[in-house]
Amino acid sequence: MHALLGENGAGKSTLMNVLYGLLQPDEGEIVLRGEPVRIGSPREAIGMRIGMVHQHFMLIPVMTVAENVVLASEPRKGVLLDRDAAERRVRELSERFGLVVDPRAYVEDIGVGQQQRVEILRVLHRGADILVLDEPTAVLTAQETAELFKVLRTLTAEGVSVVFISHKLREVLDIADRVTVLRRGVKVGTVDTDGATEASLAKLMVGRDVLFTVEKDAAAAGEPLLEVEDLEVEDDRGLMAVRGLSLRVRAGEIVGVAGVDGNGQSELVEAITGLRVPRGGHIRVGGKDVTGAGVRGALTAGIGHIAEDRHRRGLILDFSLSENLALREYRRPPLSRLGLLSPKRMEQQARPLLEQYDVRGGRPETTAGSLSGGNQQKVVIARELAEEPKVTVAAQPTRGLDVGAIEFVHKRLLEQRDAGRGVLLVSLELEEIRSLSDRVLVIYEGRIVAELAPDVSDEELGVAMLGGKVRSP
Amino acid sequence: MSDAGGPGTITVASRLSGFMRGGGLLIPLITALIAFLVGGVVVAAAGGNPLDTYRAIFEGSGLNWLFPWVTGDDRTLAALNLQQTLILTTPLILTGLAVAFAFRAGLFNIGGQGQYLVGTFAAVYVGSSLDGTPALLHVVIAMIAGSVAGAVWAGIAGLLKATTGANEVVSTIMLNWTAVFVGSYLFALGGPLHSDDPASQSIPVSNDVFESARLPVFWGDPELQGLHIGIFIALVAAGLFWVLLNRSVTGYEVRAVGFNPDAAEYGGISAGRNYVKVMVICGLLAGLAGALDVLGWQFRLATNDIQVSYVGYYGIAVALLGRNTAFGTVVAALLFGALLNGSSVRNLDPTVFDPQLATNLTYIIQGLIVLFVSAPVLVTSLSPGRLRRRFRRRRAAEAQAG
Repeated sequence: MHALLGENGAGKSTLMNVLYGLLQPDEGEIVLRGEPVRIGSPREAIGMRIGMVHQHFMLIPVMTVAENVVLASEPRKGVLLDRDAAERRVRELSERFGLVVDPRAYVEDIGVGQQQRVEILRVLHRGADILVLDEPTAVLTAQETAELFKVLRTLTAEGVSVVFISHKLREVLDIADRVTVLRRGVKVGTVDTDGATEASLAKLMVGRDVLFTVEKDAAAAGEPLLEVEDLEVEDDRGLMAVRGLSLRVRAGEIVGVAGVDGNGQSELVEAITGLRVPRGGHIRVGGKDVTGAGVRGALTAGIGHIAEDRHRRGLILDFSLSENLALREYRRPPLSRLGLLSPKRMEQQARPLLEQYDVRGGRPETTAGSLSGGNQQKVVIARELAEEPKVTVAAQPTRGLDVGAIEFVHKRLLEQRDAGRGVLLVSLELEEIRSLSDRVLVIYEGRIVAELAPDVSDEELGVAMLGGKVRSP
Repeated sequence: MSDAGGPGTITVASRLSGFMRGGGLLIPLITALIAFLVGGVVVAAAGGNPLDTYRAIFEGSGLNWLFPWVTGDDRTLAALNLQQTLILTTPLILTGLAVAFAFRAGLFNIGGQGQYLVGTFAAVYVGSSLDGTPALLHVVIAMIAGSVAGAVWAGIAGLLKATTGANEVVSTIMLNWTAVFVGSYLFALGGPLHSDDPASQSIPVSNDVFESARLPVFWGDPELQGLHIGIFIALVAAGLFWVLLNRSVTGYEVRAVGFNPDAAEYGGISAGRNYVKVMVICGLLAGLAGALDVLGWQFRLATNDIQVSYVGYYGIAVALLGRNTAFGTVVAALLFGALLNGSSVRNLDPTVFDPQLATNLTYIIQGLIVLFVSAPVLVTSLSPGRLRRRFRRRRAAEAQAG
């Protein structure tokens, strides 16, 4: 099992797209099983027994697992699909490789981890013995990741070669036999994972030493900036997701909210930032009640929001960077007067921000969609922090980012704290919560069930996250 | 108001508008060219000579007036033809803009026809009543009435989308038919707005628009349907469209909702409120088109006119070919105006190509244009050089992003 490691935009995906025939190389050649080959299209790649599982799944949600697996090479009965044969085939592959999934389930009804299995099964069904996985863990929870790794180990034991693309150091060390590190499109080295450490890989990847532990002084917490009292929020299905939650963020502290995904974190964040109207309770910012005041109300009161999903919420990918940077301020002078925008002033505002936040490859007129993930997140952060909000709500602020960008984001959040502003950090990465937070709140089924110190043991935190030992906050 | 589009929905409309903004002038030109080539094949198959036919259509459109070597009687005739072309171009610009504006907000406004029709109803009603109103005031009131009627009509679709999530494609199509039948009732024999003129008691037609509510003719003879000043009103509207979309807070919000409703919401923009606002603006434009036709050259409205009108539907093809930009829409409207006029029964020499068939040729060309812009793969795959360039650009962007 070989891993391909590199920062966002280092060329990992491009390289694999060449291998899969989606892109053509300008120079150089691909040697497959000792023979130089030209791969003109994905079809040819499949013919050479190369299979690829993309970061974004390419499944048809309204069809069953079995139908998706056999798509484009179906067993037939006359002109019709032989459904039984398809299901048999899926069961057979499932058993052989330990990929448990119900062949009759509809893809839209199964979870992300299961869908990934369907993708892998499809590749195996076509007889691939070289399997390329593009950032397979980006969409998975910790548990699903562990299961995926088990599957991958079975596959290698069965003689399948796996190329595993990632920017997560620990995973790579965990699963791969050898690692090739890319930096800005150039291979900087291939090493065995035996004897490699996170620090040594990170240095190869970024080209300098990276700090894993965040250095920070003790918090000097002041008056409360954000107060949430008995908050109740419904989710999209109308079920109560946040049930009587209370918390406080004081000036000069970072409060971490830890919890298993789906315990009301997203709804809590959306309620505080004005995207969702709460069913009950109060939200106060700097003493001012902003419950149900909407996005603009929250914004004016001093809430900054680093959104969970930068593609869906944080950025308009077709807009230029200067337009994206104006998303919070475009209604007010100097960016607009009497309903008319000033593109010139938008650009003047954007230029120093892009420099200050080190957005690489970004000029004010560049479209946001053409930046790499890390640089996109820098744009979001530049916009949200430029206004010096009283409280910054950071939801998964480093999801999908490489180590260099993570370090950058963490530094900026600490700067907010040290400047006497508040940060509410909601994250699924426990490591991040521990290293940044001054206090850790544990959310479980829509309530805060524990308040812990950041240096609490993993076991204690884990137990609290599963709702085990309830302490009064 | 609920976010009717639903989180992260990528509508056909937003995909189409996204495609059409990339790539500059090349694709619309190729699209039109292919459409004309295929149209030429059709002419040849029908036994005509494609080159002669296109030449005849061109001359029928009066665009040869622009050539200084056309003189004498030919020039007089060309001027008359060009006036007719521009009369047809005027409402096409506005109905085209009505579709284009919706596209930019991720909406597909098929309802230009209905909005145009209610605009004609209101304008003909106001223009044929209020006798004795001063000329300038009367024509302005009638234009406003037409625009407002269109805005209300389109606003219904916007409101339905914002509150109940009703698909605007379906509701605007329904409203088109509703408008046709409302008009057929209003001006039918004995209908509430049927003519009072004793001579017209057997014809289902409206009262005539008073002189005071008619748009002045600035080129040609008013008795021979010369060109009225509506063309300038349409051009001003195109200019305002550009400013509104690209230089105003409203336009920023419209584009934000069109690209990504979720991110727009995060910026404090309500998608639902924007849907209503956008549709109202579209309706203003299409309703104004109806008013200009009634006040500029029709002066009365017969139920027959209402039932055979296609101005609003042409607007869809105009917007698609014009890539939803102000300038593109004006150019595309002129092209369609010229085609329609040049291939009309009146203008085309029957010895070159049967005008009945030529009118169908215009439909064919229109259909092909809609087909090609809706199927981007067809056009881009015909140009491998473009694809290579695009990949190179993307690679360069990636390398730069590092």
